[in-house]
Amino acid sequence: MLIPAFESTAKKLVLTVQDYSLFAYRAVGNLFRPPVYWQDFLIQSDIIGVGSASIVILAGFFTGGVLALQSAATLSAFGAIAMTGRFVSLTMIRELGAVLTGVMVSGRNASSMASELGSMVVTEQIDAMRALGVDPMRKLVTPRIYATVTMLFFLTIVADAFGILGGAAVTVFMNHQNGTQYFSMAWESLRYPDVIQGMVKPLFFGYIISSIGCFYGMRTTGGTQGVGRSTIQAVVTSSVLIIFVDFLITRLLLGLFAG
Amino acid sequence: MTTASIPPAEPSLSPVLAFHNASIALGGNQVLREISFSVAPGETRILLGPAGVGKSVLLKLANGLMRPDEGSIQLFGKEISRMPEEWLFALRTRVGMVFQEGALFDSLSVRDNVAYQLIQENVPDETIDRRVHKALRFVELEETFSLFPSSLSGGMRRRVAIARALIRQPELLLYDSPTGGLDPVTSTTIIELIIKERDVYKTPSILVTHRLQDAFALCTHRFDEALGRMVPLPKGETDTSTTFLMLEEGKIIFDGSLEELLRSENPFVREFLE
Repeated sequence: MLIPAFESTAKKLVLTVQDYSLFAYRAVGNLFRPPVYWQDFLIQSDIIGVGSASIVILAGFFTGGVLALQSAATLSAFGAIAMTGRFVSLTMIRELGAVLTGVMVSGRNASSMASELGSMVVTEQIDAMRALGVDPMRKLVTPRIYATVTMLFFLTIVADAFGILGGAAVTVFMNHQNGTQYFSMAWESLRYPDVIQGMVKPLFFGYIISSIGCFYGMRTTGGTQGVGRSTIQAVVTSSVLIIFVDFLITRLLLGLFAG
Repeated sequence: MTTASIPPAEPSLSPVLAFHNASIALGGNQVLREISFSVAPGETRILLGPAGVGKSVLLKLANGLMRPDEGSIQLFGKEISRMPEEWLFALRTRVGMVFQEGALFDSLSVRDNVAYQLIQENVPDETIDRRVHKALRFVELEETFSLFPSSLSGGMRRRVAIARALIRQPELLLYDSPTGGLDPVTSTTIIELIIKERDVYKTPSILVTHRLQDAFALCTHRFDEALGRMVPLPKGETDTSTTFLMLEEGKIIFDGSLEELLRSENPFVREFLE
Protein backbone atom coordinates (compact mmCIF):
# COMPACT_ATOMS: atom_id res chain seq x y z
CA MET A 1 0.00 0.00 0.00
CA LEU A 2 2.76 2.41 1.00
CA ILE A 3 5.20 1.42 -1.75
CA PRO A 4 2.82 1.98 -4.71
CA ALA A 5 1.83 5.36 -3.25
CA PHE A 6 5.49 6.32 -2.92
CA GLU A 7 6.21 5.07 -6.43
CA SER A 8 3.33 7.09 -7.87
CA THR A 9 4.43 10.26 -6.06
CA ALA A 10 8.04 9.76 -7.18
CA LYS A 11 6.94 9.24 -10.80
CA LYS A 12 4.78 12.37 -10.67
CA LEU A 13 7.69 14.37 -9.26
CA VAL A 14 10.12 13.14 -11.92
CA LEU A 15 7.57 13.87 -14.66
CA THR A 16 6.95 17.37 -13.28
CA VAL A 17 10.70 18.09 -13.20
CA GLN A 18 11.02 16.77 -16.76
CA ASP A 19 8.07 18.88 -17.97
CA TYR A 20 9.46 21.95 -16.19
CA SER A 21 12.92 21.47 -17.71
CA LEU A 22 11.51 21.22 -21.24
CA PHE A 23 9.22 24.19 -20.57
CA ALA A 24 12.05 26.36 -19.24
CA TYR A 25 14.37 25.38 -22.11
CA ARG A 26 11.76 26.29 -24.74
CA ALA A 27 10.91 29.58 -23.03
CA VAL A 28 14.53 30.73 -22.94
CA GLY A 29 15.36 29.49 -26.45
CA ASN A 30 12.45 31.44 -27.91
CA LEU A 31 14.28 34.74 -27.40
CA PHE A 32 16.84 33.75 -30.01
CA ARG A 33 14.33 32.81 -32.72
CA PRO A 34 11.75 35.16 -34.26
CA PRO A 35 9.10 36.30 -33.65
CA VAL A 36 10.14 38.06 -30.43
CA TYR A 37 7.36 40.05 -28.79
CA TRP A 38 9.27 43.12 -27.54
CA GLN A 39 6.10 45.09 -26.82
CA ASP A 40 4.92 42.34 -24.46
CA PHE A 41 8.36 42.39 -22.83
CA LEU A 42 7.99 46.13 -22.14
CA ILE A 43 4.43 45.74 -20.82
CA GLN A 44 5.50 42.95 -18.49
CA SER A 45 8.57 44.93 -17.39
CA ASP A 46 6.24 47.76 -16.41
CA ILE A 47 3.86 45.45 -14.54
CA ILE A 48 6.63 43.56 -12.75
CA GLY A 49 9.19 46.32 -12.29
CA VAL A 50 7.23 49.52 -11.72
CA GLY A 51 4.33 47.65 -10.13
CA SER A 52 6.54 45.97 -7.54
CA ALA A 53 8.70 49.02 -6.79
CA SER A 54 6.57 50.30 -3.88
CA ILE A 55 6.50 47.01 -1.96
CA VAL A 56 10.20 46.45 -2.58
CA ILE A 57 11.05 49.97 -1.35
CA LEU A 58 8.95 49.56 1.81
CA ALA A 59 10.24 46.04 2.52
CA GLY A 60 13.85 47.10 1.91
CA PHE A 61 13.59 50.23 4.03
CA PHE A 62 12.09 48.54 7.08
CA THR A 63 14.36 45.49 6.82
CA GLY A 64 17.37 47.81 6.85
CA GLY A 65 15.85 49.56 9.86
CA VAL A 66 15.30 46.29 11.72
CA LEU A 67 18.84 45.15 10.92
CA ALA A 68 20.20 48.40 12.35
CA LEU A 69 18.06 48.06 15.49
CA GLN A 70 19.02 44.45 16.11
CA SER A 71 22.69 44.78 15.26
CA ALA A 72 23.16 47.97 17.29
CA ALA A 73 21.90 46.20 20.41
CA THR A 74 24.38 43.32 19.96
CA LEU A 75 27.30 45.38 18.68
CA SER A 76 27.06 47.90 21.54
CA ALA A 77 27.76 45.03 23.98
CA PHE A 78 31.20 44.76 22.34
CA GLY A 79 31.66 48.50 22.00
CA ALA A 80 31.36 48.17 18.22
CA ILE A 81 28.16 50.09 17.55
CA ALA A 82 30.03 52.10 14.90
CA MET A 83 30.06 48.93 12.78
CA THR A 84 26.29 49.11 12.26
CA GLY A 85 26.65 50.58 8.76
CA ARG A 86 29.00 47.81 7.72
CA PHE A 87 26.67 45.15 9.08
CA VAL A 88 23.58 46.56 7.39
CA SER A 89 25.18 47.16 3.98
CA LEU A 90 26.89 43.76 3.80
CA THR A 91 23.76 41.91 4.90
CA MET A 92 21.50 43.80 2.54
CA ILE A 93 23.76 43.66 -0.51
CA ARG A 94 25.07 40.12 -0.15
CA GLU A 95 21.94 38.44 1.06
CA LEU A 96 18.74 40.10 2.17
CA GLY A 97 18.22 42.56 -0.68
CA ALA A 98 18.11 39.80 -3.28
CA VAL A 99 16.24 37.22 -1.19
CA LEU A 100 13.70 39.66 0.18
CA THR A 101 13.01 41.16 -3.24
CA GLY A 102 12.77 37.68 -4.70
CA VAL A 103 10.25 36.52 -2.11
CA MET A 104 8.20 39.75 -2.34
CA VAL A 105 8.10 39.65 -6.15
CA SER A 106 7.34 35.93 -6.02
CA GLY A 107 4.31 36.60 -3.82
CA ARG A 108 3.12 39.32 -6.15
CA ASN A 109 4.10 38.12 -9.61
CA ALA A 110 4.50 34.33 -9.55
CA SER A 111 0.95 34.25 -8.21
CA SER A 112 -0.37 36.71 -10.79
CA MET A 113 1.34 34.84 -13.65
CA ALA A 114 -0.04 31.49 -12.49
CA SER A 115 -3.56 32.83 -12.00
CA GLU A 116 -3.61 34.87 -15.22
CA LEU A 117 -2.29 32.07 -17.42
CA GLY A 118 -4.33 29.49 -15.49
CA SER A 119 -7.53 31.46 -16.13
CA MET A 120 -6.62 31.68 -19.80
CA VAL A 121 -6.12 27.90 -19.91
CA VAL A 122 -9.45 27.03 -18.27
CA THR A 123 -11.39 29.50 -20.46
CA GLU A 124 -9.73 28.06 -23.59
CA GLN A 125 -7.99 31.37 -24.37
CA ILE A 126 -4.64 29.57 -24.68
CA ASP A 127 -6.17 27.08 -27.13
CA ALA A 128 -7.75 30.00 -28.99
CA MET A 129 -4.34 31.67 -29.23
CA ARG A 130 -2.82 28.46 -30.63
CA ALA A 131 -5.76 28.09 -33.00
CA LEU A 132 -5.09 31.64 -34.24
CA GLY A 133 -1.54 30.59 -35.11
CA VAL A 134 0.23 32.29 -32.20
CA ASP A 135 2.60 30.38 -29.92
CA PRO A 136 1.58 31.09 -26.29
CA MET A 137 5.08 30.17 -25.14
CA ARG A 138 6.54 32.99 -27.24
CA LYS A 139 3.71 35.44 -26.69
CA LEU A 140 3.05 34.94 -22.97
CA VAL A 141 5.86 33.00 -21.29
CA THR A 142 9.11 34.25 -22.84
CA PRO A 143 8.37 38.00 -22.33
CA ARG A 144 7.42 37.32 -18.69
CA ILE A 145 10.65 35.43 -18.01
CA TYR A 146 12.94 38.01 -19.54
CA ALA A 147 11.02 40.90 -17.98
CA THR A 148 11.20 39.34 -14.50
CA VAL A 149 14.93 38.58 -14.76
CA THR A 150 15.67 42.13 -15.93
CA MET A 151 13.39 43.88 -13.47
CA LEU A 152 14.38 41.80 -10.44
CA PHE A 153 17.99 42.83 -11.02
CA PHE A 154 17.05 46.53 -10.77
CA LEU A 155 14.53 46.00 -7.98
CA THR A 156 17.25 44.32 -5.92
CA ILE A 157 19.47 47.38 -6.35
CA VAL A 158 16.54 49.55 -5.21
CA ALA A 159 15.91 47.28 -2.20
CA ASP A 160 19.62 47.39 -1.27
CA ALA A 161 19.67 51.18 -1.47
CA PHE A 162 16.51 51.63 0.59
CA GLY A 163 17.68 49.01 3.09
CA ILE A 164 20.83 50.99 3.71
CA LEU A 165 18.74 54.17 3.98
CA GLY A 166 16.40 52.46 6.47
CA GLY A 167 19.41 51.43 8.53
CA ALA A 168 20.69 55.00 8.37
CA ALA A 169 17.35 56.39 9.55
CA VAL A 170 17.33 54.10 12.59
CA THR A 171 21.01 54.74 13.30
CA VAL A 172 20.62 58.52 13.19
CA PHE A 173 17.13 59.12 14.59
CA MET A 174 16.71 56.25 17.06
CA ASN A 175 20.21 55.18 18.04
CA HIS A 176 21.49 58.76 17.86
CA GLN A 177 24.68 57.77 16.04
CA ASN A 178 26.62 59.72 13.46
CA GLY A 179 25.16 59.39 9.96
CA THR A 180 28.44 60.12 8.16
CA GLN A 181 30.15 57.37 10.11
CA TYR A 182 27.30 54.96 9.21
CA PHE A 183 27.57 55.64 5.47
CA SER A 184 31.35 55.64 5.59
CA MET A 185 31.40 52.19 7.22
CA ALA A 186 28.71 50.94 4.83
CA TRP A 187 30.73 52.05 1.79
CA GLU A 188 34.26 51.17 2.89
CA SER A 189 33.44 47.62 3.92
CA LEU A 190 32.05 46.71 0.51
CA ARG A 191 34.20 44.65 -1.88
CA TYR A 192 33.53 43.63 -5.45
CA PRO A 193 32.78 39.99 -4.51
CA ASP A 194 30.02 41.26 -2.20
CA VAL A 195 28.44 43.32 -4.95
CA ILE A 196 28.79 40.51 -7.53
CA GLN A 197 27.12 38.09 -5.13
CA GLY A 198 24.21 40.47 -4.66
CA MET A 199 23.84 41.09 -8.38
CA VAL A 200 24.08 37.49 -9.57
CA LYS A 201 21.38 36.16 -7.27
CA PRO A 202 18.44 38.19 -8.65
CA LEU A 203 19.13 36.84 -12.13
CA PHE A 204 18.52 33.30 -10.86
CA PHE A 205 15.62 34.34 -8.62
CA GLY A 206 13.90 36.21 -11.46
CA TYR A 207 14.16 33.15 -13.64
CA ILE A 208 12.75 30.91 -10.88
CA ILE A 209 9.80 33.23 -10.14
CA SER A 210 8.69 33.66 -13.73
CA SER A 211 9.34 30.16 -15.04
CA ILE A 212 7.60 28.54 -12.05
CA GLY A 213 4.68 31.00 -12.20
CA CYS A 214 4.17 30.44 -15.93
CA PHE A 215 4.75 26.68 -15.68
CA TYR A 216 2.05 26.13 -13.07
CA GLY A 217 -0.27 28.56 -14.87
CA MET A 218 0.07 26.81 -18.22
CA ARG A 219 -0.57 23.33 -16.79
CA THR A 220 -3.71 24.37 -14.88
CA THR A 221 -6.58 21.90 -14.96
CA GLY A 222 -9.86 21.69 -13.07
CA GLY A 223 -11.59 25.04 -13.61
CA THR A 224 -11.44 27.94 -11.19
CA GLN A 225 -10.46 25.63 -8.32
CA GLY A 226 -7.49 24.54 -10.41
CA VAL A 227 -6.47 28.19 -10.91
CA GLY A 228 -6.35 28.64 -7.13
CA ARG A 229 -4.31 25.46 -6.75
CA SER A 230 -1.83 26.56 -9.43
CA THR A 231 -1.43 29.95 -7.79
CA ILE A 232 -0.61 28.40 -4.41
CA GLN A 233 1.81 25.90 -5.96
CA ALA A 234 3.56 28.66 -7.90
CA VAL A 235 4.12 30.87 -4.85
CA VAL A 236 5.16 28.05 -2.52
CA THR A 237 7.49 26.37 -5.03
CA SER A 238 9.14 29.58 -6.19
CA SER A 239 9.64 30.87 -2.62
CA VAL A 240 11.18 27.60 -1.44
CA LEU A 241 13.36 27.36 -4.56
CA ILE A 242 14.58 30.94 -4.04
CA ILE A 243 15.82 30.09 -0.53
CA PHE A 244 17.33 26.80 -1.70
CA VAL A 245 19.08 28.29 -4.75
CA ASP A 246 20.28 31.18 -2.57
CA PHE A 247 22.06 28.66 -0.39
CA LEU A 248 23.66 26.97 -3.42
CA ILE A 249 24.79 30.25 -5.04
CA THR A 250 26.14 31.60 -1.76
CA ARG A 251 28.15 28.42 -1.18
CA LEU A 252 29.43 28.46 -4.76
CA LEU A 253 30.39 32.14 -4.82
CA LEU A 254 31.97 32.07 -1.37
CA GLY A 255 34.11 29.15 -2.51
CA LEU A 256 34.93 30.94 -5.76
CA PHE A 257 35.95 34.24 -4.17
CA ALA A 258 37.72 32.62 -1.25
CA GLY A 259 40.12 31.02 -3.76
CA MET B 1 -17.34 41.08 -46.30
CA THR B 2 -18.84 40.59 -49.71
CA THR B 3 -18.78 37.65 -52.02
CA ALA B 4 -16.72 39.72 -54.44
CA SER B 5 -13.81 39.70 -51.99
CA ILE B 6 -13.61 35.91 -51.85
CA PRO B 7 -10.83 34.45 -53.96
CA PRO B 8 -12.17 31.91 -56.44
CA ALA B 9 -12.02 28.42 -54.94
CA GLU B 10 -9.62 26.08 -56.66
CA PRO B 11 -11.46 23.07 -57.96
CA SER B 12 -10.27 20.16 -55.87
CA LEU B 13 -11.67 16.77 -55.10
CA SER B 14 -9.29 15.93 -52.29
CA PRO B 15 -10.78 16.35 -48.81
CA VAL B 16 -9.93 19.44 -46.78
CA LEU B 17 -9.72 17.30 -43.65
CA ALA B 18 -9.47 13.53 -43.28
CA PHE B 19 -9.31 11.34 -40.17
CA HIS B 20 -7.97 7.78 -40.57
CA ASN B 21 -8.53 5.49 -37.57
CA ALA B 22 -7.62 8.25 -35.09
CA SER B 23 -7.80 7.29 -31.41
CA ILE B 24 -7.00 9.27 -28.29
CA ALA B 25 -7.05 8.55 -24.57
CA LEU B 26 -7.06 11.25 -21.89
CA GLY B 27 -6.24 10.56 -18.25
CA GLY B 28 -6.42 6.82 -18.86
CA ASN B 29 -9.87 6.98 -20.51
CA GLN B 30 -10.29 6.14 -24.17
CA VAL B 31 -12.09 9.24 -25.49
CA LEU B 32 -12.12 8.57 -29.24
CA ARG B 33 -11.67 5.20 -30.98
CA GLU B 34 -10.72 4.63 -34.60
CA ILE B 35 -12.37 7.75 -35.95
CA SER B 36 -12.46 7.91 -39.75
CA PHE B 37 -14.27 10.53 -41.80
CA SER B 38 -13.49 13.36 -44.17
CA VAL B 39 -14.69 16.86 -45.01
CA ALA B 40 -14.90 17.65 -48.71
CA PRO B 41 -14.52 21.18 -50.14
CA GLY B 42 -17.73 23.13 -49.57
CA GLU B 43 -19.13 20.49 -47.22
CA THR B 44 -20.64 21.19 -43.80
CA ARG B 45 -20.47 18.28 -41.37
CA ILE B 46 -22.64 18.35 -38.27
CA LEU B 47 -21.19 16.33 -35.42
CA LEU B 48 -23.94 15.10 -33.11
CA GLY B 49 -23.65 13.30 -29.84
CA PRO B 50 -24.48 13.60 -26.14
CA ALA B 51 -22.37 15.76 -23.82
CA GLY B 52 -18.99 14.30 -22.85
CA VAL B 53 -18.76 11.93 -25.82
CA GLY B 54 -15.60 13.54 -27.23
CA LYS B 55 -16.98 16.02 -29.77
CA SER B 56 -14.79 18.93 -28.64
CA VAL B 57 -11.74 16.65 -28.48
CA LEU B 58 -12.39 15.64 -32.08
CA LEU B 59 -12.44 19.30 -33.13
CA LYS B 60 -9.19 19.94 -31.28
CA LEU B 61 -7.62 16.98 -33.08
CA ALA B 62 -8.79 18.46 -36.38
CA ASN B 63 -6.48 21.47 -36.16
CA GLY B 64 -3.69 19.90 -34.16
CA LEU B 65 -4.51 21.38 -30.74
CA MET B 66 -4.42 17.76 -29.56
CA ARG B 67 -2.65 14.79 -31.11
CA PRO B 68 -4.03 11.31 -31.61
CA ASP B 69 -2.34 8.35 -29.90
CA GLU B 70 -2.95 6.25 -33.00
CA GLY B 71 -4.09 6.84 -36.56
CA SER B 72 -3.53 9.83 -38.80
CA ILE B 73 -5.18 13.17 -39.55
CA GLN B 74 -4.65 15.08 -42.77
CA LEU B 75 -5.40 18.78 -42.89
CA PHE B 76 -5.22 20.43 -46.33
CA GLY B 77 -3.45 17.26 -47.50
CA LYS B 78 -0.75 17.45 -44.84
CA GLU B 79 -0.30 14.86 -42.12
CA ILE B 80 -0.64 16.80 -38.84
CA SER B 81 -0.71 14.08 -36.20
CA ARG B 82 3.11 14.05 -35.93
CA MET B 83 3.79 17.55 -37.26
CA PRO B 84 5.99 19.78 -35.03
CA GLU B 85 3.98 22.46 -33.21
CA GLU B 86 5.91 25.27 -34.93
CA TRP B 87 4.80 24.09 -38.36
CA LEU B 88 1.24 23.70 -37.15
CA PHE B 89 0.97 27.41 -36.27
CA ALA B 90 1.23 28.37 -39.93
CA LEU B 91 -1.33 25.72 -40.94
CA ARG B 92 -3.77 26.81 -38.23
CA THR B 93 -3.92 30.35 -39.63
CA ARG B 94 -5.90 28.77 -42.51
CA VAL B 95 -8.48 27.34 -40.08
CA GLY B 96 -11.09 29.37 -38.22
CA MET B 97 -12.23 27.98 -34.88
CA VAL B 98 -15.14 29.10 -32.71
CA PHE B 99 -14.81 27.82 -29.15
CA GLN B 100 -17.60 26.68 -26.86
CA GLU B 101 -17.71 29.86 -24.74
CA GLY B 102 -16.18 32.11 -27.39
CA ALA B 103 -12.73 32.12 -25.71
CA LEU B 104 -12.31 35.85 -26.33
CA PHE B 105 -9.26 37.49 -24.78
CA ASP B 106 -10.63 39.34 -21.73
CA SER B 107 -7.91 41.98 -21.68
CA LEU B 108 -8.39 42.99 -25.31
CA SER B 109 -11.15 45.04 -26.91
CA VAL B 110 -13.52 43.50 -29.46
CA ARG B 111 -11.50 45.19 -32.20
CA ASP B 112 -8.24 43.65 -30.97
CA ASN B 113 -9.87 40.25 -30.44
CA VAL B 114 -11.27 40.11 -33.95
CA ALA B 115 -8.04 41.48 -35.43
CA TYR B 116 -5.76 39.26 -33.31
CA GLN B 117 -4.21 37.39 -36.25
CA LEU B 118 -3.85 40.55 -38.33
CA ILE B 119 -2.13 42.39 -35.45
CA GLN B 120 0.38 39.54 -35.10
CA GLU B 121 1.05 39.80 -38.83
CA ASN B 122 1.75 43.56 -38.49
CA VAL B 123 -1.04 44.52 -40.89
CA PRO B 124 -1.41 48.36 -41.01
CA ASP B 125 -3.96 49.80 -38.55
CA GLU B 126 -6.21 51.28 -41.26
CA THR B 127 -6.50 47.91 -43.00
CA ILE B 128 -7.17 46.20 -39.66
CA ASP B 129 -9.95 48.66 -38.78
CA ARG B 130 -11.56 48.24 -42.19
CA ARG B 131 -11.48 44.44 -42.03
CA VAL B 132 -12.69 44.34 -38.42
CA HIS B 133 -15.65 46.58 -39.31
CA LYS B 134 -16.44 44.26 -42.21
CA ALA B 135 -16.27 41.12 -40.05
CA LEU B 136 -18.37 42.72 -37.31
CA ARG B 137 -20.89 43.88 -39.88
CA PHE B 138 -21.20 40.27 -41.05
CA VAL B 139 -22.20 39.20 -37.51
CA GLU B 140 -24.26 42.39 -37.08
CA LEU B 141 -22.26 43.69 -34.16
CA GLU B 142 -20.45 46.69 -35.63
CA GLU B 143 -21.39 48.82 -32.63
CA THR B 144 -19.27 46.66 -30.29
CA PHE B 145 -16.01 47.67 -32.06
CA SER B 146 -14.41 49.34 -29.05
CA LEU B 147 -16.14 47.45 -26.24
CA PHE B 148 -14.50 44.80 -24.05
CA PRO B 149 -15.74 41.18 -23.93
CA SER B 150 -16.85 41.59 -20.30
CA SER B 151 -19.57 44.02 -21.41
CA LEU B 152 -21.03 41.62 -24.01
CA SER B 153 -23.79 39.05 -23.52
CA GLY B 154 -23.11 35.33 -24.09
CA GLY B 155 -24.64 35.41 -27.56
CA MET B 156 -22.70 38.54 -28.54
CA ARG B 157 -19.46 36.91 -27.41
CA ARG B 158 -20.15 33.93 -29.68
CA ARG B 159 -20.87 36.26 -32.59
CA VAL B 160 -17.63 38.17 -31.98
CA ALA B 161 -15.85 34.78 -31.86
CA ILE B 162 -17.38 33.97 -35.26
CA ALA B 163 -16.16 37.32 -36.61
CA ARG B 164 -12.67 36.51 -35.27
CA ALA B 165 -12.74 33.13 -36.97
CA LEU B 166 -13.87 34.65 -40.27
CA ILE B 167 -11.61 37.68 -40.55
CA ARG B 168 -8.85 35.87 -42.41
CA GLN B 169 -11.31 34.06 -44.71
CA PRO B 170 -10.38 30.56 -43.51
CA GLU B 171 -10.35 27.47 -45.67
CA LEU B 172 -11.99 25.39 -42.93
CA LEU B 173 -14.26 26.40 -40.06
CA LEU B 174 -14.64 24.51 -36.79
CA TYR B 175 -17.61 25.43 -34.58
CA ASP B 176 -17.57 23.95 -31.08
CA SER B 177 -21.15 24.03 -29.71
CA PRO B 178 -21.72 27.63 -30.86
CA THR B 179 -25.27 27.67 -29.46
CA GLY B 180 -24.59 25.78 -26.22
CA GLY B 181 -26.16 27.46 -23.19
CA LEU B 182 -27.90 30.17 -25.23
CA ASP B 183 -31.60 31.02 -25.30
CA PRO B 184 -33.59 29.90 -28.39
CA VAL B 185 -33.72 33.38 -29.98
CA THR B 186 -29.96 33.92 -29.67
CA SER B 187 -29.32 30.34 -30.86
CA THR B 188 -31.35 31.06 -34.00
CA THR B 189 -29.28 34.22 -34.61
CA ILE B 190 -26.07 32.17 -34.37
CA ILE B 191 -27.41 29.41 -36.64
CA GLU B 192 -28.49 32.04 -39.15
CA LEU B 193 -24.92 33.39 -39.16
CA ILE B 194 -23.51 29.90 -39.73
CA ILE B 195 -25.95 29.33 -42.62
CA LYS B 196 -25.02 32.75 -44.00
CA GLU B 197 -21.33 31.84 -43.82
CA ARG B 198 -21.98 28.45 -45.46
CA ASP B 199 -24.06 29.85 -48.31
CA VAL B 200 -22.14 33.08 -48.93
CA TYR B 201 -18.53 31.89 -48.55
CA LYS B 202 -19.07 28.13 -49.00
CA THR B 203 -16.30 27.42 -46.49
CA PRO B 204 -16.14 23.74 -45.49
CA SER B 205 -16.90 23.32 -41.82
CA ILE B 206 -17.54 21.00 -38.90
CA LEU B 207 -20.21 22.03 -36.44
CA VAL B 208 -20.40 20.31 -33.08
CA THR B 209 -23.75 20.35 -31.38
CA HIS B 210 -26.07 18.27 -29.26
CA ARG B 211 -29.09 20.37 -30.23
CA LEU B 212 -31.06 18.62 -32.98
CA GLN B 213 -33.13 21.70 -33.82
CA ASP B 214 -29.91 23.59 -34.75
CA ALA B 215 -28.69 20.68 -36.86
CA PHE B 216 -32.00 20.35 -38.71
CA ALA B 217 -32.22 24.13 -39.25
CA LEU B 218 -28.86 23.97 -41.05
CA CYS B 219 -30.21 21.30 -43.40
CA THR B 220 -33.58 22.82 -44.08
CA HIS B 221 -32.69 26.49 -44.53
CA ARG B 222 -30.63 28.60 -46.87
CA PHE B 223 -29.45 32.20 -46.65
CA ASP B 224 -31.23 34.61 -48.95
CA GLU B 225 -28.78 37.42 -49.72
CA ALA B 226 -31.48 39.64 -51.20
CA LEU B 227 -33.65 39.40 -48.09
CA GLY B 228 -30.62 39.38 -45.77
CA ARG B 229 -31.97 36.50 -43.69
CA MET B 230 -32.32 32.73 -43.74
CA VAL B 231 -35.36 31.24 -45.41
CA PRO B 232 -36.69 27.66 -45.34
CA LEU B 233 -35.97 25.45 -48.33
CA PRO B 234 -39.02 24.21 -50.27
CA LYS B 235 -40.78 21.34 -48.52
CA GLY B 236 -38.96 18.03 -48.98
CA GLU B 237 -35.69 19.69 -50.01
CA THR B 238 -32.56 19.71 -47.86
CA ASP B 239 -29.10 21.22 -48.24
CA THR B 240 -27.08 18.43 -49.86
CA SER B 241 -23.74 19.87 -48.77
CA THR B 242 -24.71 19.47 -45.11
CA THR B 243 -24.22 15.97 -43.71
CA PHE B 244 -24.16 14.30 -40.31
CA LEU B 245 -21.77 12.39 -38.09
CA MET B 246 -22.85 10.88 -34.80
CA LEU B 247 -20.61 9.86 -31.92
CA GLU B 248 -21.38 7.30 -29.27
CA GLU B 249 -18.85 6.23 -26.64
CA GLY B 250 -15.98 7.63 -28.69
CA LYS B 251 -16.91 5.91 -31.95
CA ILE B 252 -18.61 7.22 -35.05
CA ILE B 253 -21.85 5.27 -35.36
CA PHE B 254 -23.40 7.27 -38.18
CA ASP B 255 -22.06 9.12 -41.24
CA GLY B 256 -24.54 10.32 -43.85
CA SER B 257 -27.23 12.74 -44.99
CA LEU B 258 -30.30 13.99 -43.10
CA GLU B 259 -32.56 11.49 -44.90
CA GLU B 260 -30.24 8.62 -43.99
CA LEU B 261 -30.11 9.85 -40.42
CA LEU B 262 -33.88 9.94 -40.17
CA ARG B 263 -34.11 6.44 -41.67
CA SER B 264 -31.36 4.97 -39.50
CA GLU B 265 -32.22 1.81 -37.58
CA ASN B 266 -29.37 2.24 -35.10
CA PRO B 267 -31.00 2.15 -31.62
CA PHE B 268 -28.75 4.91 -30.28
CA VAL B 269 -29.53 7.17 -33.27
CA ARG B 270 -33.25 6.46 -32.83
CA GLU B 271 -33.04 7.23 -29.11
CA PHE B 272 -31.10 10.44 -29.79
CA LEU B 273 -33.60 11.58 -32.40
CA GLU B 274 -36.60 10.78 -30.27
